[in-house]
Amino acid sequence: MHRKTLAELSAALHKKDISSIELTQYFLARIGRHKALNAFVTLEPEKSLAQAKAADALLAKGQAPALAGVPLAQKDIFCADGWRTTCGSKILSNFVAPYDATVIRKFNDAGMVCLGKTNMDEFAMGSSNETSFYGPVRNPWNTETVPGGSSGGSAAAVAARLAPAATGTDTGGSIRQPAALTNLTGLKPSYGRVSRYGMIAFASSLDQGGPMAQTAEDAALLLNVMAGFDPRDSTSVEAPVPDYTAALKHSIKGVRIGLPKEYFGEGLSPEVAQVIEAAVGEYKKLGAEIVEVSLPNSQLAIPCYYVLAPAEASSNLARFDGARYGYRAPEYSDLIDMYKKTRAQGFGSEVKRRIMIGTYALSAGYYDAYYLKAQKLRRLIAEDFRQAFETCDVILGPTSPTTAFKLGEKSDDPVAMYLSDIYTISVNLAGLPGMSIPAGFDGKGLPVGLQLIGQYFGEERLLNVAHQYQQATDWHKRIPKGFE
Amino acid sequence: MEWEAVIGLEVHTQLMTKSKAFSGAATQYGAAPNTQACAVDIALPGVLPVFNKEAARLAVKFGLAIGAQVNRHSVFARKNYFYPDLPKGYQISQYELPVVAKGQLTIDVDGQEKVIGITRAHLEEDAGKSLHEDFRGMTGIDLNRAGTPLLEIVSEPDLRSSKEAVAYLKKLHQLVVWLGICDGNMQEGSFRCDANVSVRKKGETKFGTRAEIKNVNSFRFVEKAIDYEIERQIDVLEGGGTVVQETRLYDSDKDQTRSMRSKEEAMDYRYFPDPDLPPLVLDDALIEGVRATLIELPDAMRARFMSQYGLNKYDAGVLTATREMAGYYEAVVRESKADPKIAANWIAVELSGFLNRDNKDITQSTVTAPMMAGLLKRLADNTISGKIAKEVLEAMWAGEGDADAVIEKKGLKQITDTGAIEKVIDEVIAKNPKQLEQYRAGKETLFGFFVGQVMKATQGKANPAQVNELLKKKLAP
Repeated sequence: MHRKTLAELSAALHKKDISSIELTQYFLARIGRHKALNAFVTLEPEKSLAQAKAADALLAKGQAPALAGVPLAQKDIFCADGWRTTCGSKILSNFVAPYDATVIRKFNDAGMVCLGKTNMDEFAMGSSNETSFYGPVRNPWNTETVPGGSSGGSAAAVAARLAPAATGTDTGGSIRQPAALTNLTGLKPSYGRVSRYGMIAFASSLDQGGPMAQTAEDAALLLNVMAGFDPRDSTSVEAPVPDYTAALKHSIKGVRIGLPKEYFGEGLSPEVAQVIEAAVGEYKKLGAEIVEVSLPNSQLAIPCYYVLAPAEASSNLARFDGARYGYRAPEYSDLIDMYKKTRAQGFGSEVKRRIMIGTYALSAGYYDAYYLKAQKLRRLIAEDFRQAFETCDVILGPTSPTTAFKLGEKSDDPVAMYLSDIYTISVNLAGLPGMSIPAGFDGKGLPVGLQLIGQYFGEERLLNVAHQYQQATDWHKRIPKGFE
Repeated sequence: MEWEAVIGLEVHTQLMTKSKAFSGAATQYGAAPNTQACAVDIALPGVLPVFNKEAARLAVKFGLAIGAQVNRHSVFARKNYFYPDLPKGYQISQYELPVVAKGQLTIDVDGQEKVIGITRAHLEEDAGKSLHEDFRGMTGIDLNRAGTPLLEIVSEPDLRSSKEAVAYLKKLHQLVVWLGICDGNMQEGSFRCDANVSVRKKGETKFGTRAEIKNVNSFRFVEKAIDYEIERQIDVLEGGGTVVQETRLYDSDKDQTRSMRSKEEAMDYRYFPDPDLPPLVLDDALIEGVRATLIELPDAMRARFMSQYGLNKYDAGVLTATREMAGYYEAVVRESKADPKIAANWIAVELSGFLNRDNKDITQSTVTAPMMAGLLKRLADNTISGKIAKEVLEAMWAGEGDADAVIEKKGLKQITDTGAIEKVIDEVIAKNPKQLEQYRAGKETLFGFFVGQVMKATQGKANPAQVNELLKKKLAP
């Protein structure tokens, strides 16, 4: 049962082969058996089962939406009415959201069941899930390694088939990098495609929610639910939402796939390079045309991102002050002391590091040299992509320079950690859609992710290119040992 | 040594939108604490601002009214600082690109007109309120006001005295209320002012070091705070000291300003464009749509009242103080068909006397425009004299009905029957033979005595013109 895709589960539910209650109980039991992965922060079986019961009622009437009754794990960054929503932080350890994020509301309207809230790097700041206040998540492919981050809990949950699919959010690679490290299909939609309302902000101009699933088809099914203009989010785009499953089966003969030479240079693990090259060969077989492209400002993406994202974060996280909700220091002498102690005790070290970097970058006298300069670089990076897409339809490369690394391996070296997002970050800076799909394994049996980058609002084409690859390969069907 | 003050004002006007600048919560004043603060206003995790375009329309209206350039493209920025009544830890404001650019306002001080530059006007959201009393060592936070749209109007440092500053403030107040963009209620904080004050030797072109005075929220306090601050700075300089750049707070109880924070302690607000909000783009359709709703402005209307109705500057000014007053006057002129100058006098002097006495504005007048027109009609058709009309107006003000009802009830109808007046005159002359003799001997000043006696005998109801005419005949030798 746990090996079934969303598409298969949906069919089974509509045929009444299984009920949503049974399915939900099944996955909850599985989650209970694999607590050691630490994939979930909060479980509310009663709430999940109540949703399942309601879905079964809808299914019984025969008028249920496609995904009604299908359980889904939610990254703990999305506010869900009545659910504790921690964002991986101590400072929200007692925060029960009184409202639904737009994405949550859409899943509820679709009749889907929330299985639980998944672990994540604190405020989505991290690439290994080690910055979570609730402890690191373990990668089911090798529990001594990290699942990637920040959507590490969602990645581990789906990889271990504790949930058929999950949501993630991606500010610099937080859907794609963990998907790569755990053999999943993860999609970061174009900026503005999915509402950010109710998704706790890290860097507002970069954050985007998206699906983490077993297949491109499942990702398309989830995006069908998630995407669309939201009047509550002024940065969401008022553009029609296609049926993302419609174009999956189209042939990709003649589709021009661009390989940016900058993505295959120094820093890329040879084993990952090999897997990606093999995947390029597969695409050739499928009739795609391979072209070389250049993204000359790629090396500027990380410095640019580590000015802009912390700058926005330093302001976005100011609301966590202990005054209205969340953690407040038990003892303090006055207002300023309350702020200082609450935030010193409530935030972890990576979050504090980024708040300080961001505050510095926005300070009088430094703003032009850092923030403004980074904004200019951001435009150059976007322009690189625009030019590259003049000669290709989709860009292909590695998602992450390495496969999953060991727990603790990079946690004392922030720059080494930041470099694990070197291929994903520029996509957020440009606002483009990006995917990671399973493409093979390294010598240690750890999965390698292939990144596909599309044109602005080109999710259909991206999903089509991913799906065709998954029709020709079976990497995405592999499940880690002990979780079959 | 002669000193000159240099003053610039920053005025925060609350815009009269139904809902807040970035949320759907109501803006109404006076609700129970925190009942008009939604998820966005209290800055729950994950919420996002959505701009209320009505606030932009009101800002555009102001921009057009002061002849300013309205920026087609302006940017919302975050002003970052921590305070419990600022839930997000930042205020959404406009920084580098405000919605309204340079404009101007003409003020009138002691009959002299002066043009005051307006540097800019930008949109921002109000903070909540911290209530330090009533909580025994704790502070209460009311977020009802948080997110209310404000237009911050910044003047050039063109003002040279507290008198000019007050004239500018009053003019600005009149304008924003006239335009219907702000209710102007200073007690409720709808119209608030910070003053930047510096002094320099007369003839200098460089500005002195300025102090910013916060929290001056009545015309009277603005005047007093500025006067105090000018004196303080002159004292410092004449004593050989230097003025330090700082923020000062005006204490109305002690009538003085005191230091709040120095330049060194000044906050670095770390402004940057708000990534949650796209730039505010105003197209021609919106701007022209607002222009089409622009009504005649107070200055233009005052000039028209002077030329069209032949009013003097003072009366025209009083009658255009508010839109309601102007509307009242024109309604009275239209309905009564009275001489506009006479109508002006009855409203600007007589009725205004009652309004001021009872601290009411024209919308609260018990004497409505049709009632005032009715009074002027009775005056014009000689039913009552001017003196009686004042008595009638007082009764009308007291709620005793319209002019005809008061005249009827009190029997104030003017006596115009020549026979009746003659009869009274004859009686008066008969009673005062001595005065008659003196008058006829040439003491003409006694004419007034006879008029007075006749009016007294008729309780003021005799038509004064007829009394004069008939008396002259009867008294003639």
